[in-house]
Amino acid sequence: MKNRPKKNGIIVHWAADGAEHNKIVHSIMEKHGVKQIVKSKSMLTEECHLNEYLTEKGIDVIDSDLGERIVQLRNEAPSHIVLPAIHLKKEDVSETFHEHLGTEKGNIDAKYLTEAARLHLRNTFLTRKIALTGVNFAIAETGEFVVCTNEGNADMGVHLADVHIACMGFEKIIPQRKHLGVFLRLLARSATGQPITTYSSHFKKPGDGKEIHIVIVDNGRSTQLGREDFRNSLKCIRCGACMNTCPVYRRSGGHSYHNAVAGPIGSILAPNLDMSKNADLPFASTLCGSCTNVCPVKIDIHQQLYKWRQLLVKEGYTPTTKTIAMKGMASVLANPVIFDFAGKTARFLMQKAPGLVSNSFNPWYKQREMPAPPEESFREWYKKNSRESKEKNNEQ
Amino acid sequence: MSSKGDILEKIKQNQPTSISELPDLSALGMDTYENLDKYKAVLDSIGGAFVEVKDYDEVINYINNNYNAEKRKVTTLPELAEIAATNWANDDPHNLEDVELTIVKAHFGVAENAALWVTDELLGQRVSVFIAQYLAIVVNKKDLVPTMHQAYERIGNQEYGFGTFIAGPSKTADIEQSLVLGAHGARGLIVFIMD
Repeated sequence: MKNRPKKNGIIVHWAADGAEHNKIVHSIMEKHGVKQIVKSKSMLTEECHLNEYLTEKGIDVIDSDLGERIVQLRNEAPSHIVLPAIHLKKEDVSETFHEHLGTEKGNIDAKYLTEAARLHLRNTFLTRKIALTGVNFAIAETGEFVVCTNEGNADMGVHLADVHIACMGFEKIIPQRKHLGVFLRLLARSATGQPITTYSSHFKKPGDGKEIHIVIVDNGRSTQLGREDFRNSLKCIRCGACMNTCPVYRRSGGHSYHNAVAGPIGSILAPNLDMSKNADLPFASTLCGSCTNVCPVKIDIHQQLYKWRQLLVKEGYTPTTKTIAMKGMASVLANPVIFDFAGKTARFLMQKAPGLVSNSFNPWYKQREMPAPPEESFREWYKKNSRESKEKNNEQ
Repeated sequence: MSSKGDILEKIKQNQPTSISELPDLSALGMDTYENLDKYKAVLDSIGGAFVEVKDYDEVINYINNNYNAEKRKVTTLPELAEIAATNWANDDPHNLEDVELTIVKAHFGVAENAALWVTDELLGQRVSVFIAQYLAIVVNKKDLVPTMHQAYERIGNQEYGFGTFIAGPSKTADIEQSLVLGAHGARGLIVFIMD
């Protein structure tokens, strides 16, 4: 893959991290003296925070995927990798479009709103000189890359622009063209249940008078490759199946993960990028294993979540209070005399002085009442009620 | 260009100890069905439509009867020159903005997902099949393959600058997961399946 695209007339750039990636994209724009760019969906550019970077440099960035455009107009981050605006109701979208695109107030018809976005973005496609896309797969054998969309927004952008910038992590490379037969089937089936996405576009050479640039990004991927326990996560094809099945994601939504890629897969990719910032994510899981069951490329997601927990504790990225609490708990549970004493004291205090635990220092109490303390512990009850003790009492 | 060297070096150092051989794909895509029936059923399920035709005269008839004669139509097929423009391949692609219907031919179709394979040589302009309000694609009945595996077998080492599988009209479900046909590409797709 490192030489093929060049032979096809494609310009290849390499970026060690997000900052370098952003700089490369900006430098291509500067070279052409262009201040506007239209983008189709790319989780990589979310990971690198390209939009923020370009906006700061005075570049006008427009996302053309409908879901991404909606969240962009609302100044939010995508909450799902396949359906970026899945956290919003049609009323929210209607409100946003009314404000920014001048649609009729209160019209919540999805067809009407989509049509409004079509007209608004058509004008964008027709006037942008540079278009950026992500990459679903790149083929080592031929040097081509494939971009899949249902909306047709990637193709509308790049075929009307002079310059096409395609950004990809190096893990997107697959060996041969014929392997697309496997991956294109997997991707759409696992992402939306479609037999294939509407458009699966193969870019091998730029059109006459046009330019194609590929930016190949590392940003921690080569490190992940070296972590034996976690390298499997690089197989991810970003279908989103693990999110759709995850009981935690389904309740909490994508924004609670504070990472470009949310859900189970995001929770095993994020700590590789920054352990201290993302130390909480592998713990926000029930380890039920549903993600692993549905993953089309067989990533052992829940096992990696469990392994990240161990690594994060070992490397000291978990809060000290938790470590102390766990150690305290361990010594109490290991010793019957201390356990008995602790239980008695706790029951006594909760009965006589509930204010000691029912206060704002106790995180449990913030959302709910403490349970009523029982009169006796199970051990005490069992001593009285077990068959042996009853027989003993009868004898007396 | 130092990043390139660093990245490649790091990838080299961090290779897994054992690397598996490329798998044999010949066991995949053995599904058997009536290609034509399957193709029609799947196309219908993804929002596309089809007409079975004997020759280009029937295509011309159908288009005359079903599309507004006033609106702009373009094609790369000389057989359809009487109903659609054929001299636009070297225009500025932005000029295709007002095209109502683009008619092209596909190399072949895939029964399992109703996708049609088109490349530069059939498109006239890359944007032609995306920018038109409606899209019509002609495919020969004999050019239907069962699955994506036969599709890539057929593509083989075909040389192209750009090629794409098109399956149905453009669509989105980004607003509360309700499916809407006609996102940014064609609002509708009709496939002429020719004897």
